[in-house]
Amino acid sequence: MTHPEEGATGPDQNDPEVRRGQEERLRKVWAAPAGWRYLSSVNNTEVGLWYVGTAMIFMLFAGVLALGMRIQLAVPENDFLSADLYSQFFTMHGTVMMFLFAIPIFESLSLILLPQLLGSRELPFPRVTAFAFWCFFVGGVFVCGSIFFGAGPKGGWFMYPPLTTQERFTPGYGPDIWLLGLSFIEIAALVAAVELIVGTLKCRAPGMRLNLMPLYAWYVLVVAGMILFAFPPLIAGDILFELERLFDWPFFDPSRGGDPILWQHLFWIFGHPEVYVIFLPAIALLAMIVPTFARRPIVGYSWVVLAAVGTGFISFGLWVHHMYTTGLPAISLGFFNAASEVVAIPTGVQIFVFLATCLAGRVIYSVPMLFAAGALAIFVIGGLTGVMVAMVPFDWQAHDSYFVVAHLHYVLIGGMLFPVVAGIHYYWPMIFGKKLSARAGWYAFWPMFIGFNIAFFPMHFSGLMGMPRRVWTYPEEMGVALPNLISTIGAFIFAAGFLIFVLDAVRPRKDQPYEKRNPWDAGTLEWLAEMPGEAWGVRSVPIIETRYPLWQQPNFIEDVSAGRFYLPDAEEGRRETIITSVLAAKPECVVRVPGPSHVPLVAAVLSGLVFIFATFHWWLLTGATAVAAGAVIIFWLWRGTAEIPEKPEKDVGLGLTLPLYRSGPASVGWWAMFITMFGDLTAFLSFLFGYYYFFTLHADFPPPGTEGPGLFWPSVAAGVFVVTWAVAELSKRSNRSGRVAAARLLMGLAAAGALAAAGTLLWGPYATRLDPVAHVYPATVWVIVIWVALHAAIGCVMLLYCLARSLAGRMTPDHDKDLSNVTLYWHFIGLQALLAVATVSLFPLAV
Amino acid sequence: MHFFGRTPDTIWTLIAAPAIWAGHFLASYVAAAYVCAPNADIFRGIGGVRVFIGGATVISLVLIALFFYRAWRDWRRRTTGGDRGTRQDQEGFLEFATMLLASLSFLGVLLDATPALLIADCR
Repeated sequence: MTHPEEGATGPDQNDPEVRRGQEERLRKVWAAPAGWRYLSSVNNTEVGLWYVGTAMIFMLFAGVLALGMRIQLAVPENDFLSADLYSQFFTMHGTVMMFLFAIPIFESLSLILLPQLLGSRELPFPRVTAFAFWCFFVGGVFVCGSIFFGAGPKGGWFMYPPLTTQERFTPGYGPDIWLLGLSFIEIAALVAAVELIVGTLKCRAPGMRLNLMPLYAWYVLVVAGMILFAFPPLIAGDILFELERLFDWPFFDPSRGGDPILWQHLFWIFGHPEVYVIFLPAIALLAMIVPTFARRPIVGYSWVVLAAVGTGFISFGLWVHHMYTTGLPAISLGFFNAASEVVAIPTGVQIFVFLATCLAGRVIYSVPMLFAAGALAIFVIGGLTGVMVAMVPFDWQAHDSYFVVAHLHYVLIGGMLFPVVAGIHYYWPMIFGKKLSARAGWYAFWPMFIGFNIAFFPMHFSGLMGMPRRVWTYPEEMGVALPNLISTIGAFIFAAGFLIFVLDAVRPRKDQPYEKRNPWDAGTLEWLAEMPGEAWGVRSVPIIETRYPLWQQPNFIEDVSAGRFYLPDAEEGRRETIITSVLAAKPECVVRVPGPSHVPLVAAVLSGLVFIFATFHWWLLTGATAVAAGAVIIFWLWRGTAEIPEKPEKDVGLGLTLPLYRSGPASVGWWAMFITMFGDLTAFLSFLFGYYYFFTLHADFPPPGTEGPGLFWPSVAAGVFVVTWAVAELSKRSNRSGRVAAARLLMGLAAAGALAAAGTLLWGPYATRLDPVAHVYPATVWVIVIWVALHAAIGCVMLLYCLARSLAGRMTPDHDKDLSNVTLYWHFIGLQALLAVATVSLFPLAV
Repeated sequence: MHFFGRTPDTIWTLIAAPAIWAGHFLASYVAAAYVCAPNADIFRGIGGVRVFIGGATVISLVLIALFFYRAWRDWRRRTTGGDRGTRQDQEGFLEFATMLLASLSFLGVLLDATPALLIADCR
């Protein structure tokens, strides 16, 4: 299978007329809607651009906040910002940079790049991508807007209780806006992560085995996996936090058995992997850029995979190094100290791989390479101070001082911002068909590089001289006035450089001619892009045999463009892409991805309003909007998913015929459910972690005199859950074997069972009068059972949905995606119910 | 699974070694935190936990070494460079990456065990 024409059947791809017809059909099918319907677009190219653009605007906003802080700190006892406003500024700066810029910029760039890198037409769930973007947009505007009403959060980007849980310290809605707004955005980030994982595993071009995957895709896989396990603990923490603020459940209140340190654990179990979630994709960009300009394949591909996977794992063993001063036992600190040093190994490997690639190749100058070099120089300094602050005794001296501010900015700006600018310069022609100005790039780079160092290097010294973080001013006598003034000057030089970059990006370039195809002479698939671009992704889905097909597979661009590979046409007028197997990328089926729709936008706005109304305690509106959002989502699923194709299979070219409908592990929906439920399980495990955490903290847990939730009702609930779970599985099997009537009956029974299971589970703590306000024990039990009961209720809706699909003829024995995915959901819920009952009911008996 | 024969590698065998590291890390941390909580009696000796961590360390190191050995056995018999689109290339790549990850995990487990070697109480 070295050349696509061998054994080819079907239309003659060498006939220009045939090709023109195919191109017209493809263009029509993939065209973005025009006019006022533009916002209904779901193409990864459009949505990805909106996403990147919005994230960049948030970044500029947070940058302006930083300049405000630098003006305030330029001279001692300045009064440019009040203490209150300064607190809002630094909180919003950190929050926006992390949640509204660093993570979304990775996800949005990946949404644009990934289909191109994998030789695919589209990611499997374009409407979900659009939904994630609109969630991000609504949540981001809400959180950022608060500062204009003086209502911004001001507890730092980590929101430590009790400062932020108690009204007397933090009056107003600030923390609620932070918690609910960001929870909403985190959900959007999780949704996008699921899309990216499924895309990387299942949408690679045929033949692109794991060992041929572009390194960027490896990083996407690792990072999206990290998001999946890192974000749910924070969402769980947010739920506990919000329950304390809204309903006075004392999770973080020591006077009623709670513990503020639990929040720190949950926050940093998210927060440290988060650092690598930001850093790894930036390194991934460098892994694409460096080989192109060193004019050779990367040296040590496997080593980069080692680094990505190794960092992904170890980053979960670092979180306590943000908590060295909380009084944990030295042995606990020791574990995290050790892991924090170990993570330097894979991080260093990546840098050496880049250096080796440069040395082994012939490096040519370019703006992306300039920024890449600046990134490595800055990041190495940040990495070195990182090894320092990872050591417990040193950290005790430097904690909460400007030394840490210097460290984290060296890491984040060197490890993230510079690579992102390099990446934007590099990929600009792929997206717009034209390059950014090389001269403007040079003039942007040097003020950024020099200004950055002038701004942040002196902070090491002001920190060691004792300047604390997050304080709005300092007295003359501290002796830190000079380094602060230098930092402020540097910050403005840096900002000026960045402004040059932004101005170059937004200036009109009508007169500039389009670049030639593959303008950097790169070797990877994304440079198949036409100049100017076409919306169809790839002209035909290629067969991949090497890591750098444009360099290593002869006549590759011509063959792809002539439609000599798979799916060169859109005969049925549908958007289609090929799904392949996880390891070897063998073609499995053709998936038809949905086209433009306003439904994701409406669903996202309604879901956003649920969170916004909840922030202001408008409960009636919250409830009504939640119902409306649910209804829209069901409408979306009903109309747009698990469609039964008009024919069972289709000829995709080169003599290959693939099915149009697969359920179970061969379908992307099954994988999305599987991966989503892993994230869901992680959130649930975070609640259980909370339970056992409180158990270790208290000599008596449950507290003496507490009888709830008892053994009887939870045991009944466990039984009902197991039966419901089994009935759901049986309904799937009956349906598959053609016993449709029996399957429908079982679905109805399972739906009723789900409600009964939820009711009996809630009845235990209710009947034993567990009062969640009185003590942390009943509060924790309630959270666990409510979580599982809510899942059962959602499971009930899912089963009724499947029943309705079956009755409406949209689900048949041969086309059972819906039920197959719902059964998978029930496997996870059954497991969670058993774990929940074992914890709240059996565990207290055992100890 | 043919542990000592020539065996197919997957994403699961790739991440087995770092997963063992994670299990060891979690077990060590939870055991120490459980024994020391609520951290009131900071001079309490934690000999039992140290022995437990020592045992967990030995088991983890042996398991990681087995995964390394399994990958190495196949990898040294490779005939391809690992960067083309054949089944053998995919195997070779996964084996080599497994060896690298196993080495990192081995080192990680060793380093993460040192606090238990040096610290005798809950201070």
